Order: sequence, then C-alpha cells, then structure tokens
Amino acid sequence: MANLLSIVTFLPALAALILALFLRGGDQAADRNAKWLAMIATTATFVISLFILFQFDPANTGFQMVEEGTWIMGLKYKMGVDGISVLFVMLTTFMMPLTILSSWGVKTRVKEYMIAFLLLETLMLGVFMALDLVLFYLFFEAGLIPMFLIIGIWGGKERIYASFKFFLYTFLGSVLMLVAIVAMYADAGTLDIPTLLTHEFSTAGFSVLGIHIVGGLQTMLWLAFFASFAVKMPMWPVHTWLPDAHVQAPTAGSVVLAAILLKMGGYGFLRFSLPMFPVGSEVLAPLVFWMSAIAIVYTSLVALVQEDMKKLIAYSSVAHMGYVTLGIFSANQQGVDGAIFQMISHGFVSGALFLCVGVIYDRMHTREIDAYGGLVNRMPAYALIFMFFTMANVGLPGTSGFIGEFLTMMGIFQVNTWVAAVAATGVILSAAYALWLYRRVVFGDLIKESLKTIQDMNTRERWTFAPLVVMTLWLGVYPAAALDIIGPSVEALVNHYDTAVAAADLGGTSVAEANH
Amino acid sequence: MISADLNTILPELLLAVYAMLALLGAVYTGKDKLAPALVWLTAAVMAILALWIGTAGSGTNPAFHGMFIDDAFSRFAKVVILIAAACVLVMGLGFMQKTKMLRFEYPVLVALSTVGMMVMVSAGDLMTLYMGLELMSLALYVVASLRRDSEMSTEAGLKYFVLGALSSGMLLYGASLTYGFAGTTLFSGIINAATEGHLSIGLLIGLVLMISGFSFKVSAVPFHMWTPDVYQGAPTPVTAFFATAPKVAAMGLFARVMHDAFGGAVADWSQVVALIAVLSMFLGSIAAIGQTNIKRLMAYSSIAHMGYALIGLAAGTEAGVQAMLIYMVIYVTMNVGTFAFIMSMSKDGQPVTDIRALGMYSKREPGRALAMLVLLFSLAGVPPLLGFFAKLGVWQAAIAEDMVWLVVASAIASAIGAFYYLRIVFYMYFGEDREDALDAGGSPILWGFLVVSAFIMVAGVVNLFGLEGPAAAAAATLVN
Repeated sequence: MANLLSIVTFLPALAALILALFLRGGDQAADRNAKWLAMIATTATFVISLFILFQFDPANTGFQMVEEGTWIMGLKYKMGVDGISVLFVMLTTFMMPLTILSSWGVKTRVKEYMIAFLLLETLMLGVFMALDLVLFYLFFEAGLIPMFLIIGIWGGKERIYASFKFFLYTFLGSVLMLVAIVAMYADAGTLDIPTLLTHEFSTAGFSVLGIHIVGGLQTMLWLAFFASFAVKMPMWPVHTWLPDAHVQAPTAGSVVLAAILLKMGGYGFLRFSLPMFPVGSEVLAPLVFWMSAIAIVYTSLVALVQEDMKKLIAYSSVAHMGYVTLGIFSANQQGVDGAIFQMISHGFVSGALFLCVGVIYDRMHTREIDAYGGLVNRMPAYALIFMFFTMANVGLPGTSGFIGEFLTMMGIFQVNTWVAAVAATGVILSAAYALWLYRRVVFGDLIKESLKTIQDMNTRERWTFAPLVVMTLWLGVYPAAALDIIGPSVEALVNHYDTAVAAADLGGTSVAEANH
Repeated sequence: MISADLNTILPELLLAVYAMLALLGAVYTGKDKLAPALVWLTAAVMAILALWIGTAGSGTNPAFHGMFIDDAFSRFAKVVILIAAACVLVMGLGFMQKTKMLRFEYPVLVALSTVGMMVMVSAGDLMTLYMGLELMSLALYVVASLRRDSEMSTEAGLKYFVLGALSSGMLLYGASLTYGFAGTTLFSGIINAATEGHLSIGLLIGLVLMISGFSFKVSAVPFHMWTPDVYQGAPTPVTAFFATAPKVAAMGLFARVMHDAFGGAVADWSQVVALIAVLSMFLGSIAAIGQTNIKRLMAYSSIAHMGYALIGLAAGTEAGVQAMLIYMVIYVTMNVGTFAFIMSMSKDGQPVTDIRALGMYSKREPGRALAMLVLLFSLAGVPPLLGFFAKLGVWQAAIAEDMVWLVVASAIASAIGAFYYLRIVFYMYFGEDREDALDAGGSPILWGFLVVSAFIMVAGVVNLFGLEGPAAAAAATLVN
C-alpha cells in the first residue's frame, strides 16, 4: 500500500464523516449503530496500522514510508514515520478501540460523541506522522477542538471551567510555537521537517533588553516551543489545567488525554527541541531538570492528599511526565530510550487506571475515595486488575513502568546526580500514594450500605482491560520489543545532539563544560 | 473607439440599466407586491453577470483612455462582489418578508450599490474612483435606514451618512492634493510622480488622506467607529450585505490605488497600512469580548478581519495582494454563513440578537449548531479550517518582507480574538437551558447557506477550490 500512512490517518475521519452525514441520531438503534461503526473503524485502523509496524525497518534511522505532495499556499503535505514516532502511532491506534469500548455506556448524544473521538484520532495520528511544520501545527492545534467539546459536553459538574482552562492554556502555548515556526521559516526558508533537522540555527549570543542570551536564536526558538510543549506535557508549574480537565472529562476522555494527548508534548521535545535546537536544549537543560524534579516531588505530595481518585491519578501523571522530561533532556541513549519507553508504558498504565476509576464510577457515580472501601469482597476480579495497574504505576519490576523509570533515572544520573537523587524520592512517594489509594478503595471491610450490592466487572469491561494487561506485562518482561525499534533512531539523535553541542562555541567554554 | 469602450463596461452598464428598468417597472405596476420577484430576479442577474465576467473576460482592457480598467484583478473582485451580493439578497428575502420590511427599493438599491462597487474596483482614475465610491455609499446609506419606523435603523443610516460624508471629504481633499502635485488624475500618470521610490510632501499628505478615506470604507481602526452602531441598527440582511460585498470592493479599491497609483513608493505607505492593520486587529479582538449582541460582535469581528487582510496589502508585494484576495474570499464566505445563522435566530417569529439566547441550542438543533461551530472556529482561525489558511497566507506574505513584528502582533491578536468566538460555542453547547429558547426550525434557504459555507470551510482545505490560480493572476496584473 503506497499511501499507508494517509490511509491510517484519515480512516477514522472518514468514519466520522459517514456518521455525521448518513446516520440520524436520537433513537437507541442509531446510538448502537454509531457505537459499532466507531468500534469497527478504530479496530480497522489498528489492524491497518499493524502493517506500518511490519514494514518499518528499525535499522533505518531516517523517515520511512514517506508520502509527499503539493498542497495549497505553497505548503506541502508530507507524512512519514521514524523510530521515534512509530510507537506513538501504534499506541494511538491501539488505545482508541479500547477507548470506544469503554464508552459503551454513554447515553447522551452518542453520535456526536463518537464523531468527536474519531476526529480526535485522525488529528492525533497526524501529529505523530506530519513531516511539515505547518501540517504538524495544524494537527496539533486542531486536536483542541474535539477535546474542548468532549470535556465541555460530556464532562462533570465543573466542565465549563475545565474546558475553557484547557483550551486557553494550550492555545496560548501554541500561539508562541506558531511564532517560532514563522521565525524558523524566515531563517531556514523551508518548513520541511527532515530538512530542518539538519539545518543549523544560529547559536551566536545576543542581548535583549540588556540580558545576554546564550545560544542566541536557538535558545529563543527553544523557549517558544517549550512554552507549547510544556503546557501539553504538562510540566510544573503549568500543569494546573490537567487535574481539572481530567476530573471533569468523561472516562474515555481522560483515557485519551492521559494515554495519548500528553505524549504530544514529549514527542514535540524529541522531534523539535532536542534535534533542531541542541544548543538551546543544552543551555536550558538545567532549568528543565529542576522543573522536572520539583514536579516529581511536589505533585507526588499533592497526590497524597487528594480526595478524588481521578485527581490523584492526574497528579501522578504529572509526576510520571517529570521522568519523561528528565530522560529527554539528559540527551543520552538510556535517558531518551527510557523517556520514550516511559511514555508508551504510561499510555497503557494511566489509561488503564482511569478505566479502573471509570468502572466503579459507572456503578456508584462518585469518585470520592471515602465513598469506597472493601471492594475486594464484592469485586475480586476488579481488585486484581486494579492491583496490577497500581503496581505498574509504582514501577514494580516485571511491569513496563519499571523499565521506563529505571532507564530515565539511569540517563539523568550520568548528567546530574543531584537531580537524580531528588527524582528518586519520587519513586518512594509514588508507591506511597498509589498503595494508599488502593488500600482505601479496595481493602478493609465492606461496611458502606451502598456498596453491598455492587457488581463485579462484566465481560465487556474485562475485555477492555485484557489487552492492556498483556501489553504492560509483555513490555515489562521483554522491553527489547520496543527498545529495538526506537534504539537506532535515538542513537542517531543523540549523536547529532552531541556533535552540535560540541561544535557550538559559547563564550570560550563549550556549553557542556559550563554545565557540568 | 467608443463602441470598444462601451463593450468593456458592458457588465456595469447592463446592471445599471437593469436597476433603472426594475425601478420604473415596480413604480408603475405593483410596487411592493413585486418585491420578492424582484429580489430573485436581481440575484439571478448578478449571478449571470458573475458567470459571464468570470468565464468570458481575458487580458487587460483599459477603456476611456485608461479611466476604467478591466483586468484580471477587477474581474476577480467583481465576481466575488456579485456572488456575495446575490447570496445576501436571496438569504435576506425570508427575513425581510417576515419582518414586513421588504420594499421594492431594496433590490434596486443593492443593485445600484453593486454597480458602484464594480466601478470602484475597475477605477483607473481619481474621478472614476470617486464616482464608484459615492454610488456605492449613497445606496448603502439608504438601505441602512430601510426600517423607517425604527429609531435604531434611522440612527444607523444617519450616523453612517454623516461619518461617510466626512470620510468622502477627506478622500476628496486627498485626491485634489494628489492631482495638484502629480498634475494628473490618471493612476498611470500619478505613479510616475514618485521619484526614486519616494513621494513629494504634497503627494504624501494626499496619500495619507486617501488612506483615511479607504480605511473608513473598510472599517479599519481608527476610522471604525460607525461600524458597531450601523451593524447593530441596520436590518440584519442589510448588515449581512455591509459585511460582505462593500468590504471586498473597498479592499479592492484600496489595493488598486496603492499599487496602481502609488506603486512607485511602496515604502511610504506600507508602514501606515501595517499600523492600521495592527490597531484594527487588536481593537477588533479586545472590544468584541464584552459584546452580547451578535451583530455588534460581528462588527468588531469584521474590524479585526479587515486588519488581517490589510497585512497582505502592507506587505506591498504580489504575494501580499494574492493573500489579501484569498483572505477576502474566505472572509466573505464565512460571513455569508454566519449571517444566515443570525437571520435564523428568532423567538416567536421575532428576530433575536442576544447570544445568551443560544443557551443549549445544540440540543435542539444539532445540525445547525455544528455548522455554526465550524464557522466560529474558522473565524477564530483555528486549524484545520479555512480561516486559518487565510491568516497563514497573509503571514507568509508579510514574513517574506521581513515584517515579523506584524506577524507576531497578529498572532497574539488572534489568540485574544479566539475567546469571543468560543463564547458563542460555549452558549450553544455548554450553556444553560433557557425558558426563552430560540425557535427550532427555520427557512431551508438559510439552512442551505449555513451548511454550504461551513462545508467550504472544511473541504476547502484540500485545494482551496482552485482559488489560488485566479488570485495569483489577479495579483500579478495589479502589481506589475
């Protein structure tokens, strides 16, 4: 198939179009059809995307399966995948059918709900495959619209506030990125990402308002992209939209948000910040390190005192994303490998945890931790699944969570021991809040009247979790399955980074020396 | 010779003759009873003319010794103007009938002002320019106060007239200074007056005064004050007309004078235009935040949009003019759809303009709400809708001329502006269910315009419906 990437990207959008045009909403039969169509479309997308994985050649560090065509206004339509993006594509196509499955119980405006999710899938896939800056920006930005609606329409009580906060935070970040894209175009004269990856942006320092900017243009561009990706990631201190959005979003919305949308920030760092502005990254890496370290410790502590289960998991996500940024900006093989691995693993684990919350929320319509207790007596299967993913979240060896955390810690330890030490305390804290949550919800005696009749997971729910359990275990036991794919591309990235930083001469001393 | 000249202005001539015949016919026969048929007929005549101009015209044909120019640029603008006017006429018919405002003068006046617009974009001389401009404006003053028994409407008409007269005065003064210092009223003569890329002081003052006059017509800051009041006061179909065809004509005239008459001194006017653009974008974006009347909100929105379009002009290049033309086409398409929606907003048969009345509109009318949602996001310039590409085009043109500050400023303005469009989405989708909810249903014509316009915003992403080629050709004839 020549246009494999485009087919995978636009198949869900096509399904959304069919839904919008040919299906009358309203009655139950139509709702059921909408669900089935969405399910079939996302599953088909996953199956077709497997061909991408089969055709992908890990040894080739360039872009593969590239499609190129002219488009309007002198822009190009260019898609392709490399070792860094291919797993994110797979993660997206893998998670979407599960997301649809988990929203089988949606009652209001089912047709629109499915359309929003299908469009969102197209846009997310586009972000990971786009090889033209404007095309990337287009997908990146457009994803805001369906997510804004998902939170705003199907969300909880405070959904309005959360949706506006989500939209404006991310929109403001993106505008700065757009300005940087404009500046890059002015400097390099192209929007082609593979060309830009080899373009050397100026590193000569200059002064703005009396402040000397080390790294010059690269540092400025880096900051502009950082503004956008840090919000998406999200990093402390711009993470505050995430808990609100998570708590208010419907379960499937939370799953997509945690499993895929957050990864766009990390992907952006890997695709743009690190290879295109290596000197800027090197100059500002200490800032990122300490922001990440603070994020890990601070948000873990905040997670400890949460009363709301979703909020707790949301804060734990921020902490885990802290490891990712640490890994990325340590800019060595282990660190970057670990960061990508951690993102993939977090996609499965946090997605599953939000699904776990969804299971009991659907039954009791509350997310208050205090409303539960002793669930193990009535829901043994649920207790087992929840236990498994809690352990994966903590980073128990044998689950994928461990590999990611371990590799990123190893990466950062080589660069900055102090930051590694601070980040390590986060591992302990995460065990504390995750296990405490588990104890309060699942163990103890079943004394609450309302819980006496609660039902264990049904077949649909079990099938939703099964693939996630398999993936988490498999990657935990045999991480090479993923690392072999990303390894060569990461190696090329790290080499490129080291060469660029060594070549840059910043005021007599090389940056590398100045930092260490 | 004269027959060749008349041949060149045949479309304008035909429309003018049609308008007068229609006036005579209506006066001597059924008067207002004839009005609905007249609306359809006028729209049909305009559509046929648009088709004819679009397909038959070729090359550059100056007429009357260069006072009137028929070239790719003017043809492009004329087609857009005629189609926009025809759409607005058809769209507004139901609304006018329901509110008992439909008079036979309405289609006639719209046709006459359209003749004015067609002359404007073809002007090759200061006299032609003024003639076209006044023909358009005088007709517009009258239609603004079409609702004779409404205080708001007459106030709108009067305000528009007084301020319009002031701006015409400035324009005339500028034109007379230009004539005095250049020694000719022909654009092709004025352009030679610029020596070594700079204008003499007299010409410079003339230029600035003329820019002020044009800014008034395109409602750019600081000559925008009439816009919100007139938009709010005029009957909605008339507002829709104001927001579309005259804007294209004024923008076309602006570009024509800047390039044809002052093309030798781009540096002299480019900064002025850039400043007007920045001010318009920011004022439009910020002032709209507090509005609850959707027509007033659209007025500020159009001020901001004119700012973005002016970026293309400020670039002072062929690419800039092309981007500006594309921007105007997309802007007009979005506005036609949006006003179709506004006209369908009613409660117990009475038009409603308060956006709070849209509370949970999406529940009752999911289709309309979705189409409007697409238009609003497009107006806000959120990718992947066409509104984003309109902005991208002018940005590209500005960057090519190293006007990065302008691009940065407009990016910030567009982020601010996104808020008020989102607010309408908020009412439609997340708002409270209200007692005084809007009527469901509505005319299929409005529904059609809304859906088609929303569809264009989505589907145009594929290839802009081949708009780029004609726009490039139009820009090329103007700038050289």
